Amino acid sequence: MSGFSRTVWLVLRKDFTVEVRSLEIAYTMLFFAVSCVLIFAFALVQEGRAPEGGAAGILWIAVAFAGTLALGRTFERERQSETLRALLLAPAARPAVYVGKLLGIVALLLAAEMLLVPLVALLFQAPLLAHPVWLALILVTGTIGFAAVGTLFAAMLVRARSRDVLLPVLLYPITVPVIIAGVRATAALLQPEMDAAVIRFWLALLVTFDVVFVTLSLWTFEPLMTD
Amino acid sequence: MIPAQFDELRVDDVSRHFGRRRALSRITFQAPRGAMLGLLGPNGAGKSTMLALLATLLRPSAGAIRYGDREAAAYGPSLRAAIGVLGHDLFLYPELTARENLEFFAGLYGVASPRDAAAAALQTAGLTERADDPVSSFSRGMRQRLALERALIHTPRLVLLDEPFTGLDDSSAAALSRRLRGLRDAGMITVLATHDLDLAEGLFDRAVFLRDGRMTATVDRPEALRAMYRDIMSRST
Repeated sequence: MSGFSRTVWLVLRKDFTVEVRSLEIAYTMLFFAVSCVLIFAFALVQEGRAPEGGAAGILWIAVAFAGTLALGRTFERERQSETLRALLLAPAARPAVYVGKLLGIVALLLAAEMLLVPLVALLFQAPLLAHPVWLALILVTGTIGFAAVGTLFAAMLVRARSRDVLLPVLLYPITVPVIIAGVRATAALLQPEMDAAVIRFWLALLVTFDVVFVTLSLWTFEPLMTD
Repeated sequence: MIPAQFDELRVDDVSRHFGRRRALSRITFQAPRGAMLGLLGPNGAGKSTMLALLATLLRPSAGAIRYGDREAAAYGPSLRAAIGVLGHDLFLYPELTARENLEFFAGLYGVASPRDAAAAALQTAGLTERADDPVSSFSRGMRQRLALERALIHTPRLVLLDEPFTGLDDSSAAALSRRLRGLRDAGMITVLATHDLDLAEGLFDRAVFLRDGRMTATVDRPEALRAMYRDIMSRST
């Protein structure tokens, strides 16, 4: 295993172990995301009928809000004992630390989505699970795009006094294109006649965002975290 | 990764500003291999900033820090592999066990056998019996011992310690002093910032006194540290 991939694995395994021991982020994130879906379901589903496209929007709102919570908490943990400083002091490649943290957040969000998808499908009577492969592709690419920017910003803001306010203020404007592409792709999936060309277009856009955001983050993580 | 090799730490006329605030101004000292150097001064004197500069977490605004004959930028990550830092915060994950913490950091520093290194470090810290307990269940003294071994797990050439005596009882403080003398015998360059002058008595080969970011005095082989500190600080007001 190369030095880069070993560092990614060490950081990912450490985050996973810490989370399994505490389940703090998982519980907070799920409680918040499920509450969000339930409130929207009670507000929007009238006489058993949900508004068209509502399920796609609610799913991505829940993912974005839960993701913001997870990002904040993950780095708050690194701040409490200044362990982020210890990670930066190690001779390991700093972009590898970023990738390890990113994969941990993506894994957490995908786990939350596995619960959210059936819940949204049930409450909004949406055939979300009719095309599981397409749905998985949309969720994975959308989640990576959102988490790529979020991980960078959360790491940058870890020492800022008003980090809880600043994170969504910085994160949402930049990730809105990802969320819109995710919503449009998911909505296209829910049409009675699924249009594969439309879904492919939005998926290609999501992949492009992922490549751009991950590349920029890898490039900027080291200078942003130094000095 | 092969850690950087150097036999001397040299700080030449180093200043550091944060915006318009000057945290350190024209600091100069040097420490050869096996030397223990004390950074002494009241709160806000610039001790932690000096340690952050030596750890490469900050860059000097002016002046140069040389590790051997080269500055930090010339080494890259291999310099970080030769530096061990024990901060005021202990850099430990409370949810992980002592062994997991040590193995994680040994892995990050590219130690050949993280498991063996962690076992040896646990023995040195006297924590073998608590190796598989989460760090959150440890007393402050146990955490401090573990954190010191975490900082030393890769056998660094330069050791930077920020207030290592904080929260230790008498026996733990005495054990830490013995461990620090061992670092000197092992040829490590140790830079220690502390307020605990009584505990640091007899430890230093050289003491650098700081006040308001300025170096007020440098004393080789300082004795009667507390009286010397009072005298130097009263002269510098």
